[in-house]
Amino acid sequence: MTDFLEVRNLTMRFGGLTAVDNLSFKVEHGSIHGLIGPNGAGKTTTFNMISGFYTPTEGQILLRGEDISGLKMHEVARRGVVRTFQHSTLFAELTVLENALVGTHMPFRPNIFAAIIGWDKEDRRGAEARAREALEFFGLGHLAEERAGDLSHGHQRALGMAVAYASHPDVILLDEPFTGMNPEETKHMMGLMRRLKEDGITILLVEHDMQAIMGLCDTITCMSFGKFLAEGGPSEIRNHPAVIEAYLGGARHVA
Amino acid sequence: MRNFLILLVGLAALIALPHGLSFSQQEILVFLVINVLLVTSYRLLTLTGEWSLGHVVIMGVGAYSSALYTKELGVYVPVSMLLGAVTAALLAVLLSFPLFRMKGFYFLIGSFAAGEIIRLIWKRFREPFGGVRGISGIDPMPDFSVGFYQFDFFEPVSYYYFAGAIVIACLWILWRIEKSPVGLTFHAVHWQDKLAQASGVNLRAYRTLAFAIASGFAGLAGALQGHYVGTVNPNSFDIEVMVFVLTWAIVGGTATFYGPILGCIVLTVLNEIVLREMGLEQARPLIYGAIMILSILFLPNGLESLVQKATRRKTTAKPEEKAAT
Repeated sequence: MTDFLEVRNLTMRFGGLTAVDNLSFKVEHGSIHGLIGPNGAGKTTTFNMISGFYTPTEGQILLRGEDISGLKMHEVARRGVVRTFQHSTLFAELTVLENALVGTHMPFRPNIFAAIIGWDKEDRRGAEARAREALEFFGLGHLAEERAGDLSHGHQRALGMAVAYASHPDVILLDEPFTGMNPEETKHMMGLMRRLKEDGITILLVEHDMQAIMGLCDTITCMSFGKFLAEGGPSEIRNHPAVIEAYLGGARHVA
Repeated sequence: MRNFLILLVGLAALIALPHGLSFSQQEILVFLVINVLLVTSYRLLTLTGEWSLGHVVIMGVGAYSSALYTKELGVYVPVSMLLGAVTAALLAVLLSFPLFRMKGFYFLIGSFAAGEIIRLIWKRFREPFGGVRGISGIDPMPDFSVGFYQFDFFEPVSYYYFAGAIVIACLWILWRIEKSPVGLTFHAVHWQDKLAQASGVNLRAYRTLAFAIASGFAGLAGALQGHYVGTVNPNSFDIEVMVFVLTWAIVGGTATFYGPILGCIVLTVLNEIVLREMGLEQARPLIYGAIMILSILFLPNGLESLVQKATRRKTTAKPEEKAAT
């Protein structure tokens, strides 16, 4: 299945500022797709539109051919597209396990009447098993009873991904997953992402850590000032003149 | 087994309690039981992070509608109480459409405005709401017998047992909801609504659900009160009463299930027994205000934090005792 997730002529304007301008790209099923670009290129805005946080001014987002642009975030999530957030956006007051349990909201939809009578024991057990599985996957199993706000930064980032993973997503959108991780942790996390890919999960990520991006992605889309700049495999992008110019500044501009 | 014993002793204490009290104190006890339900239902709403100023008016909706169902339609009283609760819940669902376009302070003010609108409607329309004087002569709960006990609802003790049983059942339901995945989702909506939504949680639906459940139980509390007192009027559900509810919740603390109940009981006892004995009733708002400020300053996590500290000490002390012996 190709053309799994497609972004078509996507445009986002905030008043007079065009943050994303006529952007189009396709994400193949089961691939790791990177979205890069200098600061302010509109990567996060694109993410926010795909995940339903913003409604695009123009253009469409197609998931398996269905237009999902303008849907609310939970509606997008229910179609299998789950995102993580920049920084450590977590339920800081809840325990690590409870965080992951919130992630199982979609596969194990709570039912209030069953909960009062006590007919949801199966579901609760299933949800906890799934939550623990997600925590184990990201190496957080031993921290299940800790308060999420007390975790180290690296663990918090991993927990953010565990919450997303717990919901059995088809696509995970990772917004700068490696920020604040040391090289060791980054390496470990890259290994986990490859395993997610083997499980058939499509990953779209925004990242600044070039080493990670180049080592991980099958396809990379580069943006600059809201516009599509280049697309290709890691080696192509690394040597692409327009990309180098965008990051380092071209000779023409210097003069 | 041990928990069961504690439960049994607690229940026996609750049953024996009114017999040591004077008639007026028994009446206060009835209101206390009803207020416990009111403040616990309020806590369910605060779980989602929203604080409403309309909760007491919603309670009034339960009281008014239950009274009208019996008066106008001749509905049997216990049934009308349930219908009153359902009416309050449905009204909350309706109100959620304008109100949940707002969050935080805006929701707080919005809920106050919505409550005042309802109160003004009661005042303005003499048919069927009775205007400023409200509705009087509401049918009391019909007496009945359960074999070993004869309920005579002119006696506050009887009504205390009746209301107490209902309130315990309601508290049990509210407790089950809070400890369920639904309750966890309420917490999630409170702490990080964005992340909850990214996990597929329909924020509007869950906020509305919490609001409707809280309102339903508040409505039931109102109906229990209305059929006990026999009258309802707009002023018995005004902002002053709401401030009491807020004070109970804040002084008790809202982090635990028992916090608001604790606040409600302690402040009611203080209010009715201490202040009334001392003849300081006029100074009640003053003293309540002072208590609220003092508790925010010196006990920011509420009375419940004292209980938590005490029980924690006990549990940590136990292994040491074992080590000593």
